[in-house]
Amino acid sequence: MKFSEDQKMLRRTVKEFTDSEIRPLAKKIDEDEEIPKELIKKLGEMGILGTYFPEKYGGGGFGEVGYCIAQEEVTRACGSTAALIGAHQSIGANAIYLGGSEELKMKYLPALTTGEKIAAFALTEASAGSDSFNIKTEAAFDGTNWIMNGEKLWITNGAIADVFSVFARTEKGITGFVVEKDFPGVSIGPNEKKIGIRGSSTTAVYFENVPIPPENMIGVEGRGFLIAMKSLDAGRLGIGACCLGAAKEMLELSVEFANQRKQFNQSISKFQAIQFMISDMASQIYAMESMLYRAAEKYDDGGDITTDAAIVKLYCSEAVSEVADKALQLHGGMGFSREIPIERFYRDARILRIFEGTSEIQKLIISRKTIKNNGKWKV
Amino acid sequence: MKIAVCVSHVPDTAAKINIASDGKSIDQNGVTYVVNPYDEIAIEEALKTKEAFEGETVAISVGPESNKDSIKKALAMGIDSGVLLKHEGFIDSLGVARALADEIKTLDAKLVFFGKQSVDYDNSIVGQLTSELIGYNCVSVVVDFKLDGEKIICEREIEGGREIVETTLPAVITAQKGLNEPRYASLKGIMAAKKKTIEEKDAAAGENVVEVIKMKKPPVKQPGRILGEDATVVPELVKLLKEEAKVI
Ligand SMILES: Cc1cc2nc3c(=O)[nH]c(=O)nc-3n(C[C@H](O)[C@H](O)[C@H](O)COP(=O)(O)OP(=O)(O)OC[C@H]3O[C@@H](n4cnc5c(N)ncnc54)[C@H](O)[C@@H]3O)c2cc1C
Repeated sequence: MKFSEDQKMLRRTVKEFTDSEIRPLAKKIDEDEEIPKELIKKLGEMGILGTYFPEKYGGGGFGEVGYCIAQEEVTRACGSTAALIGAHQSIGANAIYLGGSEELKMKYLPALTTGEKIAAFALTEASAGSDSFNIKTEAAFDGTNWIMNGEKLWITNGAIADVFSVFARTEKGITGFVVEKDFPGVSIGPNEKKIGIRGSSTTAVYFENVPIPPENMIGVEGRGFLIAMKSLDAGRLGIGACCLGAAKEMLELSVEFANQRKQFNQSISKFQAIQFMISDMASQIYAMESMLYRAAEKYDDGGDITTDAAIVKLYCSEAVSEVADKALQLHGGMGFSREIPIERFYRDARILRIFEGTSEIQKLIISRKTIKNNGKWKV
Repeated sequence: MKIAVCVSHVPDTAAKINIASDGKSIDQNGVTYVVNPYDEIAIEEALKTKEAFEGETVAISVGPESNKDSIKKALAMGIDSGVLLKHEGFIDSLGVARALADEIKTLDAKLVFFGKQSVDYDNSIVGQLTSELIGYNCVSVVVDFKLDGEKIICEREIEGGREIVETTLPAVITAQKGLNEPRYASLKGIMAAKKKTIEEKDAAAGENVVEVIKMKKPPVKQPGRILGEDATVVPELVKLLKEEAKVI
């Protein structure tokens, strides 16, 4: 894929920002399990919290390709920060953008794209993980407001979000609502303790008789599940971008290390075993980059990318795990040490195969469509 | 008021520089170019001045088509328009200054910001030459800039301290580190830059008066040596500093 001048400039700009504002903090973000407020504010000022969205809503107007470029660059330094951006932009705010009325979009998007407010996407529940249709959170209309009751789990940005795109059961099926943190009856659980993306907040969110004004319904009643799935299509491409960025960073660190580390009187990069690890990483990065931008471009052109996004999410998240494993192995003991970032990338990569649909669920999506098409190649 | 800022397009300071086969230019292979870091400070000061007093900002660059990348960066940071004064091949400092002077006159810009030097040839001279050619006042190596009507008060860095200088418009200011903290181009800035114009014309550079005859790489640095960790190695250290490094 050939990037335009603006897209190249976007990459340079985000890279420059990442190198000086995010990279120096990445280790601390992981250890403190918190992303500094100041950094979130700077991300907003830069426009990195609204890259995708049209300028009309205060966004950067760079579309999905641009969003992926930015996510790649951010993930080269910090997976936690990328997770914050992804949940905020690509699913949280995106549900409003894809499903909401013009009034709802104007009510929330301008503050979200500039980072004045942070969004989260709340679908998962105790009984509804992979089986996300099986949600129990309910909302019923009392004549004035929708009254919501229920419990969401594993919500990225839970502790920092001002606005939640919440999916609940109503009389006509599953319906999306924009719920503000300050609506009465909303409470947030403690941060989950995690193996990776530790700076990214993950919490439960509780709703107890929360009144939601009717204008905060996302789209029409009963269409919520479709909106959630469409948001996840875009989200999955963004995850592909995170995988790609992390893999590129690990390749660079690995080659640098392999050239400099000497054993048996020579650089370890002289050993074929090491060279082959590097070849595998490079080939996987090539495949990831090719499929990611192919699908992102199709999305920007208005195509249906449900299968494409599942393929990108599946392949890229599995590939980055392999890259991380090789990168760590290639670094030997140093790879296992918390002194250098490889172990953090290794831990951060693991979530990419789980959230926004596990690898197994991506396989379900891909095979369902492929079998329906009698195996005829159609993407 | 029109405020001009002159930007040069230089090899990234992190780039590994090799000499090309002609022996007098650098090998372009694998070298990426960026806005001269001091010029980013100049751009920031132009933007701050515009924000405080209103006016119109224009970025000017002398060089080949590829210099447009640096002009675009200036536009994405917030500069209003750009001018590329096209020139291919080697151009000396006086040539650059002549081309810029000519354009600054045409634009009638009363305040002109430069970086104190370009990090490629490091001549630290283009700003001063330009001011001389157009008869503007010039303050160089500026770390603090204040404009009050026609009056300018600057602090400039001198050996071991600072000097406070007062002058008036029209003026050329060359920026030193510390003058400000250049902003990032924002994502909105990149989009806004698409709607801004870059005018292209041939550079009125005249004949070069300097010719590059040959380029040489600096001598390769020897790897460091650790003699020991306590005071017993001091005599040996002193001896080596005298005899080998010849620095004391
Ligand atoms: C750090 C983190 C952040 C998250 N952020 C969010 C968020 O912001 N918003 C949100 O709504 N959710 C979020 N989630 C939830 C996430 O999307 C779910 O964890 C994920 O979809 C898997 O659901 P589960 O954990 O219930 O696993 P389960 O569904 O219980 O799956 C357990 C295992 O069974 C497999 N499995 C399940 N069903 C099938 C099947 N039919 N065929 C084959 N294998 C199957 C799975 O692949 C998995 O290996 C987050 C999770 C984590 C860990």
